[in-house]
Amino acid sequence: MAVALDARQRETAQRADGAGMAMRIVARAADLLGAPRLIPIASAHIDGALYHGDSGTLFAEKLVEGGAKVAVRSTLNVGALDLTGCSRDRLPPHERAMARRMMDAYRALGCEPSWTCAPYQAGHRPALGTDVAWGESNAVVFCNSVLGARTNRYGDFLDIACAVAGVAPDHGLHRAENRLASFVFDVSGLDAPFLGSEIAWPVLGSLYGREAGNAVGVVVGIGESPGEDRLKAFGAAAASTGAVGLFHIAGVTPEAPDAETVLGRVGAKQIIRVTAEMVADARMRLSTAERPDRIDAVAIGSPHLSPVEFTELARLLAGRNSAIPFYACTGRHTLAEIERRGLVETFQAAGVTIVADTCVVVTSILPDNVSGVLMTNSGKFAQYAPGNTGYAVLYGSLADCVESAVTGRPVLAQEAR
Amino acid sequence: MSFQAELLVAGESGQGSALVLTAPISFWGGVDPKTGLIADVRHPQHGETIAGRVLFLPGTIGSSSASAVLLELVKNGHAPAAIVMHEPDAILLLGLIVAQEMGWETPVAVRLDTSRFPKRDTGQTRVSESGRITFSGGL
Repeated sequence: MAVALDARQRETAQRADGAGMAMRIVARAADLLGAPRLIPIASAHIDGALYHGDSGTLFAEKLVEGGAKVAVRSTLNVGALDLTGCSRDRLPPHERAMARRMMDAYRALGCEPSWTCAPYQAGHRPALGTDVAWGESNAVVFCNSVLGARTNRYGDFLDIACAVAGVAPDHGLHRAENRLASFVFDVSGLDAPFLGSEIAWPVLGSLYGREAGNAVGVVVGIGESPGEDRLKAFGAAAASTGAVGLFHIAGVTPEAPDAETVLGRVGAKQIIRVTAEMVADARMRLSTAERPDRIDAVAIGSPHLSPVEFTELARLLAGRNSAIPFYACTGRHTLAEIERRGLVETFQAAGVTIVADTCVVVTSILPDNVSGVLMTNSGKFAQYAPGNTGYAVLYGSLADCVESAVTGRPVLAQEAR
Repeated sequence: MSFQAELLVAGESGQGSALVLTAPISFWGGVDPKTGLIADVRHPQHGETIAGRVLFLPGTIGSSSASAVLLELVKNGHAPAAIVMHEPDAILLLGLIVAQEMGWETPVAVRLDTSRFPKRDTGQTRVSESGRITFSGGL
């Protein structure tokens, strides 16, 4: 092996138990990545508990049988089941049983049953500059960009292996030199009302992701911080159209007091000046349904809704009811918060199904509908819903989604040009 | 005709008809984990199966759940007979490493520059445990 293990790591890697298995997986991954050593991590966010097939369940159970336990704080991403009972899935019995066993196994390893793609809304917020091993693309990009902690995009198996071993390959975004921006994404040419609107963030995020690929960029031309919910929407969209693990926004995100600092000595290889036409095209590409005359369902909450977003949803509904199925996806931490505020009954009465612990794009919840049209304000749902659910997508703002749900037909206040 | 390729993940030697992908693929969403069929409708080799083939991969894209799909294919017997890739992809190959930890037999994975990939799917192709690729159908 090319990676240098210290004496204790070497000794662990030779063991036949779960800890040995985890250390070997981390070390062999480090080898494939060309990482010279393993570095300690402060926490993990585990994306591996979403059921894709029986083999993943058997892997987690083998770690449990081997006595493995996570060495650091480890939150769990969504599973395939809503364990809160708020919503019902349509999984066949075998899949449901294996998905449940998988979720149980990850809890037995010592992971927190947070079941959210937005762990940063559930109190898991590592400090600036700390190394962590996070999975789930939107959580990774939020962790790196908004919190300034350091993680690569950890996938299935490696996330839990790092959590058990307490170390990760020293590679990629763990290293300061790889966190500098190589291009500028200049939005200063866009008009202020658009930049102040909710849809600016998922739309610009999807455009940014396509332009960036896996490169790190810095956004310039944003006056003041748009707040965490909008940064969350930008990052999630960017990480679904590109392999984005980290973005900077000059004057907003913690590693970019200004563009010069984060461009470093090398400077920008490319400057992308975003035009209104590019924005219109990016917005159009979020929809796959062209001017549909009806919609069959609305889904919001990718990433999971925050308490603030639920308050906004209640305000927009204004006591009216949805005429079509309406799904609002969130984590159980936020669910508890809106329960305390007595909002759950309000949403139920309005015909809104709250989906907790999971979401409608990763598991089977939406009614089967081969020609269905799903409306969403999420850039990430817009990207993945057609492939994962079969529904065509109509993209609009949260206000558009609510008006469309109430009237039962598509309403777009701001037409895409 | 044969080439020595660089060994990426050691495994069982494999033999099968070559499947040369002409575009990068995302295993998650792109390959059916139950059957090995290429499910991405936008992929040029959509409808072909990777199960039992010597799979030539020009590149991989997309989700970090690729390793989960490959692990599932190994478990249910629909993995490629061997994997030949232009660039090592740690996420995909992790599926093989985990399969070995599970005690399952895995196909050998090697690195070979795309310029040396066959131009089209040839006949029987063999990849030895040491990473030697032998084409019996010519190029």
